[in-house]
Amino acid sequence: MELLDLSRFCMRLGDSCLIMAHRQSEMCSKGPFLEEDIAQTNLGLDLLGQAEALLIYAAELEGKGRTADDLVYKRPERGFYNFMLAEQPNTDFAFAVVRQYIMTLYLSRVYETLAKVDDETLSGIAAKAVKEIAYHQRHLGMWIKRLGEGTEESHERIQTAINELWMFVGELYEEDELDLKMQEAGYAISGEAMKAYLMANISSHLTEVTLSVPKSVYMTTGSKKGIHTEYLGYILAEMQYLQRAYPDAKW
Amino acid sequence: MVVEELEVLFQERIDANEKIEPRDYMPDAYREHLIRQMSQHAHSEVIGMQPEGNWITRAPSLRAKKILLAKVQDEAGHGLYIYSATETLGITRDELIEKLHQGKAKYASIFNYPALTWADMGAIGWLVDGAAITNQVSLQKTSYGPYSRSMVKICKEESFHQRQGYEVIAAMAKGTPEQKEMAQDALNRFWWPSLMMFGPHDSASPRTGNAMKWKIKRESNDVLRQRFIDKTVSQAALIGLTIPDSDLKWNEERGSYDFGEIDWDEFWSVVKGGGPCNLKRLNHHKKAHKDGAWVRKAAVAYAKKYSNK
Repeated sequence: MELLDLSRFCMRLGDSCLIMAHRQSEMCSKGPFLEEDIAQTNLGLDLLGQAEALLIYAAELEGKGRTADDLVYKRPERGFYNFMLAEQPNTDFAFAVVRQYIMTLYLSRVYETLAKVDDETLSGIAAKAVKEIAYHQRHLGMWIKRLGEGTEESHERIQTAINELWMFVGELYEEDELDLKMQEAGYAISGEAMKAYLMANISSHLTEVTLSVPKSVYMTTGSKKGIHTEYLGYILAEMQYLQRAYPDAKW
Repeated sequence: MVVEELEVLFQERIDANEKIEPRDYMPDAYREHLIRQMSQHAHSEVIGMQPEGNWITRAPSLRAKKILLAKVQDEAGHGLYIYSATETLGITRDELIEKLHQGKAKYASIFNYPALTWADMGAIGWLVDGAAITNQVSLQKTSYGPYSRSMVKICKEESFHQRQGYEVIAAMAKGTPEQKEMAQDALNRFWWPSLMMFGPHDSASPRTGNAMKWKIKRESNDVLRQRFIDKTVSQAALIGLTIPDSDLKWNEERGSYDFGEIDWDEFWSVVKGGGPCNLKRLNHHKKAHKDGAWVRKAAVAYAKKYSNK
């Protein structure tokens, strides 16, 4: 396995975790009630920890002398490889729940696979993350049920969120050259297997609570090449502003 | 037993330093005082999430971001803990929030000042949490059991918060000239409001009498304020920052620092709603509560549906 390939692979995953952590942390002090405020930001804190571990490793493997902070604070928009789904905003609570629920399903498969690889650093990161993600899955799964079956309004809101976020799901099982290399080395499952896993779970969870899986066929593509929705630029402008305004400062 | 006798027995228990528990007899005025003070404390923890939460997305390193996010979550946890302790007095969290929204319940005025720069994350942790700990350490000995126990737990986390804040501001004070300027500016803006956190002078604090008699409050505003100043002055000197008080001077005889007069007009103005962020903080809380109404409704409807099955 080429170190640079593994670095890029960790960076992609780390970027998705980082950007989701940003979205989750935006919910701080805005939760529907205090317990859920804590829960939602806690998901963010777990993701931030995963992002940090993955980006530290990505920087190390890359061998260019960059740190994880350099990767987070000094890369431009086109240098980020997170999924577009990860950067979608907290339009309302339902959007946040659906974004995290789908990403969490994806992450659970990714980390389960990585926990078994012959790379102590990565398998260590993944083994810890598997436990965290299992909790996320439980928590978010409960919200899918509550909102799906709760009231007419909640049902409508969560169905809207599912419909509007659906176009970003295709990226989660899209494959490029790097993915194929990682699959060959046993670091990732095939796009086909990921698609089957996601579709089976999403469809059974949604139909159980009378929600439906959208039929639309258009799916976005490009985040693996640094193509994003317009939201990422604003996230980075906010996230990176101090580092960029005071490049000589240490914090 | 008639009320007078119960009250005498109650005061005897207080005088013997016994803790009062939720199901014990307590005079109505004691209960009301506690509800007012504890709910104000809980609201302060929750409203206090806003000025710091405002900086999580802009924190300048992964480490700083993780610490700040965890810290604000701690504050939320404290709020939850104290709300629960307050509910043991026979009032619900919904009622307490309603009172906050109606302006009938207060929260610490310090959160009505804006957090303008990253150095403010330092100043808030160092000074605001520092002042809060001084008060809360004293409250560990308060007479109401649930409140006292919540303070023991909270103090442990607050001392970590204060160190975190001091670390942020110390790094900036030793950093580039711009960082040092931000650090000094944050100290300038937060110093006096931090001193105001201890409340009016003892001579102007009408509720102190009963609170001390009932041992809800164990030490007076002025005593606590002096303790905070005495321990903080050297911390500022250590990192090369100047406390913005030209009257600040060591008094050998008292073994304490003398300090300048607090601007009590500003204090009362902010308490009564006239501060830079009063409206913003309350509106933010109201909006989050209103935006979350459909989520809470859905959760209740779902729970009902399955409890009937």
